Amino acid sequence: MSTIKVPTMQEMLANGETPEILFWVGCSGSFDDRAKKITKAIVRILDHVNIKFAILGSEEGCTGDPAKRAGNEFLFQMQAMQNINVMNGYNIKKIVTGCPHCFNTIKNEYPALGGNYEVVHHTQLVQELINEGKLKVTGGEFKGKKIVFHDPCYLGRANDVYEAPREIIQKLDAELAEMKRSKAKGLCCGAGGAQMFKEAEKGTKEVNVERAEEALALNPDVIAVGCPFCNTMMTDGVKHFNKEEKTKVLDIAELIATANEL
Amino acid sequence: MISSIIFTILLIGASAFFYINVKKIRRNILLGKNVSFSGSTSDRFKTMMLVAFGQQKMFSRPIPAILHLFLYAAFIITQIELLEIIFDGAAGSHRAFRESLGGFYTFMVSFIEILSVLAFIGTVAFLSRRNLLKVPRLVKSELNGWPKLDANIILISEIILICFIFMMNGADEVLYSRSLSHAKDLGEGTLGFSVSSHLGPILFGGMSDGGLHLVERVGWWGHFLMVLGFLNYLPFSKHLHIVLGFPNTYFSNLKPKGEFTTLESVTDVVAPNFDPAYVPKTDPNNPVRFGVKDVQDLNWKNLMDAYSCTECGRCTSACPQNITGKLLSPRKIMMDTRDRLEEVGKNIDANKGTFVDDGKSLLGDYIKHEEIWACNSCNACVQECPINIDPLAIIIEMRRYLVMEESNSPSELNTMFTNIENNGAPWQFSQADRANWINEN
Repeated sequence: MSTIKVPTMQEMLANGETPEILFWVGCSGSFDDRAKKITKAIVRILDHVNIKFAILGSEEGCTGDPAKRAGNEFLFQMQAMQNINVMNGYNIKKIVTGCPHCFNTIKNEYPALGGNYEVVHHTQLVQELINEGKLKVTGGEFKGKKIVFHDPCYLGRANDVYEAPREIIQKLDAELAEMKRSKAKGLCCGAGGAQMFKEAEKGTKEVNVERAEEALALNPDVIAVGCPFCNTMMTDGVKHFNKEEKTKVLDIAELIATANEL
Repeated sequence: MISSIIFTILLIGASAFFYINVKKIRRNILLGKNVSFSGSTSDRFKTMMLVAFGQQKMFSRPIPAILHLFLYAAFIITQIELLEIIFDGAAGSHRAFRESLGGFYTFMVSFIEILSVLAFIGTVAFLSRRNLLKVPRLVKSELNGWPKLDANIILISEIILICFIFMMNGADEVLYSRSLSHAKDLGEGTLGFSVSSHLGPILFGGMSDGGLHLVERVGWWGHFLMVLGFLNYLPFSKHLHIVLGFPNTYFSNLKPKGEFTTLESVTDVVAPNFDPAYVPKTDPNNPVRFGVKDVQDLNWKNLMDAYSCTECGRCTSACPQNITGKLLSPRKIMMDTRDRLEEVGKNIDANKGTFVDDGKSLLGDYIKHEEIWACNSCNACVQECPINIDPLAIIIEMRRYLVMEESNSPSELNTMFTNIENNGAPWQFSQADRANWINEN
């Protein structure tokens, strides 16, 4: 990110500036090596369209999503109130996030605790930018490629966002393939509900293997995702079938940034 | 005259018995905690009309949806004929609505007959799907024993009921053609019913006048007694969904599915750390259990969900954990909740109106921890349910109980909790390093 300046809210405030939008990076986007690439792709898009954005940096903390899904309401509310305190202190109005779990939690669960913001997932923001003509996209290397989209549960069923990622894929002049279990019937990657952080219970198969198998049956060039956890699970699933040479697992933000050489 | 008296006594007796059992179910549901609902009355009504009355969610699986629609439509429309049976039975008349409704009567009964034929086909198909084709979701282990028998009893009863309808109408058609109908002053002719005007002569054409009268009466009384029997079977069966499907969709969660409830009792503990002027919302002198251990800890909508479930298993067949062979089955969560609630209800009945601790609980004795911890909270089960039952809400409440009351969660999750608490991330990274990615290549 040597060429792009990524300011923190603190720095903005010190310079007397206010960003249009807060980019909520999330834990995965901050620390997971694979997810950091998605974070950078989102930053490139934001920079490309000249949106004035900032991050919270070290003032950002886990939204509390995994704690809440795991039943630890105390820890969730502690995290939520800390984050709300920080964001209300900066008078944050609009937030974009690259993680459907952060998106869902801040959008739906923070208001009851005093945090009211307009929250969008990065695919929604990108779709909006394309529709407004602010972001012109070409297919680039994905033109004519077969791309299958895996719906993240917390973007799809949890918040009824199904079309934004699909419209973006179609803008790439790519062939959008659909699994039988898609949209409202989408199958979880296996990470949700805090399963990301523990071993699975005894069973006959791993959920991510089941899902990757379904996606790979379509023989796609790319499995597109919109969630860093889905990304991890699907990447592992593709590796399970030794198909990582043929099929890449990429975030929608990466598709846009790569195709348009941002 | 005597038959009218017998009829009326049966009708009143059966209605009273039904009333008593419905009252028990109502009491059991109200053992649950109070819960507030968002959304306007008109939104709720619209949801009920679309999802329950309009069968909207059924149609994501077209074949069972159409078969079910046959039974559903036949059931709804047959109620008109039932009204006539009740009137005739009490007044000692025969086809009392026929004269006043005229051609519409013929049309209506004909329509009922066509739907009854379709319902017959649907019922046979449903029996085959369960017992011959063994559709996976209809033969899962949680259905062994009573649930399987319950399903077959319902379907076979429906077949018998339909047979009685055609005995009644078919024999009446033949009697009418011989100028012998019970209805007065009809003369010779046909009732003109779409199915039985053809089916009656084929089945009963060769019978004696006396035999026909017997078949007609057996059909009529059989129909009536089956209805009373069925009505009183409902409170003990999964088939209760035909009633509770409506209120259950009316009280649907209209918020985004990803929004989990906020525990105010927890907010009262956490919020003062951030806002010294915070005023608690719950009564500190009446502390409540965090989460759910037993049915009384659930809210009444959770309990109504349990009574509404007809065990179709769409939830379980969409559950990622169940698909991959784990113990978790959202349907079983609902069945266990109802079974435990019934047990608690019987305990209350046996102990003069108060629950006496039986040393058992929903979590532990019915639902295992292993089931609770397997959930992906993906909402597939909630999405699938044709009458908006929410198994996920119960699962999350049980996790809350295990974590906050018993500190009994898988060790990896405890590590995750500790990391969030200490570093603000589920992994062991320092919060100070959150923006390090900016300067990495």
